[in-house]
Order: sequence, then structure tokens, then C-alpha cells
Amino acid sequence: MIKSDLIRKLAEDNPHLYYRDVEKIVGTIFDEIIIALENGNRVELRGFGAFSTKDRKARRARNPKTGSDVDVNQKTVPFFKCGKGLRQKLNEA
Amino acid sequence: MVRRTLTRQDISEALFRHVGLSKHESAHMLETVLDQISNALIDGKSVKLSSFGTFTPRQKRERIGRNPKTGVAATINARRVISFKPSKLMKERINKSEKN
Repeated sequence: MIKSDLIRKLAEDNPHLYYRDVEKIVGTIFDEIIIALENGNRVELRGFGAFSTKDRKARRARNPKTGSDVDVNQKTVPFFKCGKGLRQKLNEA
Repeated sequence: MVRRTLTRQDISEALFRHVGLSKHESAHMLETVLDQISNALIDGKSVKLSSFGTFTPRQKRERIGRNPKTGVAATINARRVISFKPSKLMKERINKSEKN
């Protein structure tokens, strides 16, 4: 499923909404999650999962192709932890 | 900076502000989006949201693990998990802001 499939399905189920509003709804939801992470916050959607960030230390890595050393700067990566409800439903079948 | 945890309420609030939906409808639409994503994952489909990231259901095999506290070996059952791979854009946005 890609974003346009999701938007189409939501538009079909909610005929009282304009298609462009459905696009805006989906865009806003995911943008709000990114904004929260940008601000160093986390987002917890009970039953679905939680988005947070993790800090990675600077390290010296290796270019696997050439074998030469590469310095990797300290960085922050987004992280998703699956919620309990979704995890249970995934394993029910 | 004080860390905050955003919830459904904060996202519904954003839908109310940006799209002008009623609070009730905002909450309903958010729930529908989360349900659609969950159902696709439960069906074994991956969900790809451009400029956000990709959720993929993965099958894990049974393995022998260890209770890290007691050191007792225990079988970890075969199970399905979700992996999330953030988009390049999301990773860039998060790093740009952290540098300030």
C-alpha cells in the first residue's frame, strides 16, 4: 500500500470530504509526527505504536567497497516501536 | 528543552487547525488512517508513505534467547514484527533541527 492508495480508500469511505482535504489530512498527520521528532519530542499512538528519536555516536566506519576508513558524524535517527495492540493483532492469525 | 510526548489529541488538534475538521471528525480520520495502515500490515502488506517512511511486516523465526536479568535461557517464539524504515527526507529533517 502506498500513500495514494491510502488517500483513495479514505476518500471512498468519506464521500462528504473533498479529495484534496483527504490529501491534506494524511499530509498533516505525518508532517506533525516529523515536526514533533524535529523538536526532540516523541509521539505515542496507543495501540498503534510510538515514534521517537535515538542518538548515534560519531564513529569510524569502513567503506565496504574500498576498505578505507570513513568518519561518521554523530547523528539522530528516527525510531518506531510497534504498539501492543498492533503487535497482538499481527500474531493472532 | 523539555521533552514532550504527543498523543492522538495533539494530532487531532493539528487537523482541526490545518484542515478545519471538527474535533470529533479529526479524531475519527486519524483513527481511520491508523486502522488502514494496521490492516495492511496485518494482511502482510508493506505500507510505503513517501517523504515519511516504509512500514514492513517481518516474520521472525523461533530462537533461543536469554533473560538478560537472570541469564536463564528461554525460547522466543516465532512471531511477526513491524520494521520501520524512515525516508531520506525524514532523516534529514531530524538531523537539521538537532544541530541548532
